[in-house]
Amino acid sequence: MNLTLKIWRQANADATGSIETYPIENVSPDMSFLEMMDVLNEELIGKGIDPVAFDHDCREGICGMCSMYINGEAHGPDRLVTTCQLHMRKFKDGDTITIEPFRANAFPVVKDLAVDRSAFDRIQHAGGFVSVNTSGNTQDANAIPIDKHDADKAFDAATCIGCGACVASCKNASAMLFVSAKVSQYALLPQGKVEATDRVLNMVKQMDEEGFGNCTNTGACEVECPKGISLENIARMNREYLSASLKG
Amino acid sequence: MSTLIKTSLARKFAMALSGLFLVFFLLQHFTINLTSVFSEEVFNEFSHFMGNNPLVQFALQPVLIFGVIFHFVMGFVLEIQNRKARASKYASNNGAANSSWMSRNMIISGAVVLSFLGLHFYDFWIPEMNYKYVEVLPENPTRYFEEMVHKFESPVRVGLYVVSFGFLALHLLHGFSSSFQSLGANNKYTRAIKGFTTAFAIGIPLGFVFIALFHHLTAF
Repeated sequence: MNLTLKIWRQANADATGSIETYPIENVSPDMSFLEMMDVLNEELIGKGIDPVAFDHDCREGICGMCSMYINGEAHGPDRLVTTCQLHMRKFKDGDTITIEPFRANAFPVVKDLAVDRSAFDRIQHAGGFVSVNTSGNTQDANAIPIDKHDADKAFDAATCIGCGACVASCKNASAMLFVSAKVSQYALLPQGKVEATDRVLNMVKQMDEEGFGNCTNTGACEVECPKGISLENIARMNREYLSASLKG
Repeated sequence: MSTLIKTSLARKFAMALSGLFLVFFLLQHFTINLTSVFSEEVFNEFSHFMGNNPLVQFALQPVLIFGVIFHFVMGFVLEIQNRKARASKYASNNGAANSSWMSRNMIISGAVVLSFLGLHFYDFWIPEMNYKYVEVLPENPTRYFEEMVHKFESPVRVGLYVVSFGFLALHLLHGFSSSFQSLGANNKYTRAIKGFTTAFAIGIPLGFVFIALFHHLTAF
């Protein structure tokens, strides 16, 4: 396939960026999107042009590092995949593909397509954990009976890889889906109930401080989430928050 | 409790609750208006009661006005905050791939409904306030039907009402079901809630359009 790539280039966080156009030829439909980007970068390096910076790590849809807003959608036009799992067969010969970084004030661009998503880390630090003594006297997990339904829901929430597609897709740059997945993951399990009140209050407070927008229930986050995190989690977080606020 | 006042989630709850309150008011307004199609006397009786009952006039009416103002002011505040959260816009954004037009454009449908409220207040509420509290004219319990029918003689006004109710339907199609999600209701009843709210969002504005057209066509 021969493609035209329109890519956001930005030298650093303070620079003014712009869209640059790069033609690329002989792209195999079996390539992953990131492999295509690797080929482009090899060509750019060969021509003495600065390669396009983009985030990536595991390249198997687990780490949550890859991002990119491809043709107006986070992780591109495919569903339930990260950019590294997106294949070039989803595009046609002659296509023009626009590639931008995830955009939100809370996710400042570091360079080109790489953005700083440490806001998510700070939200996680604010309460996305369970304080369990693990120094040799940890309780056997099987000793605590957990309803299968709750265990499944908690597991589903825990599959959030924190990639930020929810923020990138939301017209308000809201982080509610991410935060709600982390809140739900613990709120559903007995181990997480001890700190449930503080957790939801602190995580939402941190989310607001990071400058994410408000949720208006468009549902774009759920559709674009590579892990299919459900809006049910946001409803659960709303309940948890309401209950925690009335207690506190 | 103090945390519930100033956070993003508190604003979400406030929008949902004020929206549900306005939906409830809309249903009550529709029910009374509908009686005008069947019986001039019943409509006059209801209107006279609503216009003269002290509880309605001095307790419910101020609450309603506060609810309307709160909902639209908060709507504009949220829109401004949300736009600020992404200062640098996408060159290419395919919102239609993941969300409905209604959900992405609540500010547009809301602004049209707000403009309509201006016209509606000019048509009915301000003359009513003037009649009762400024000029203090003697109460005539049979005047309401005639006043209402007179307003619907103008095809331009009826046209504006029809367009406005179209936008109200678009606003409700997202807003009504969304308020349940905001208040934490996303469970086995969600499908039923979506079905009911969709029927309401289409049916009630359509009913208002029917009433306006009915009086317009039978006025001559």
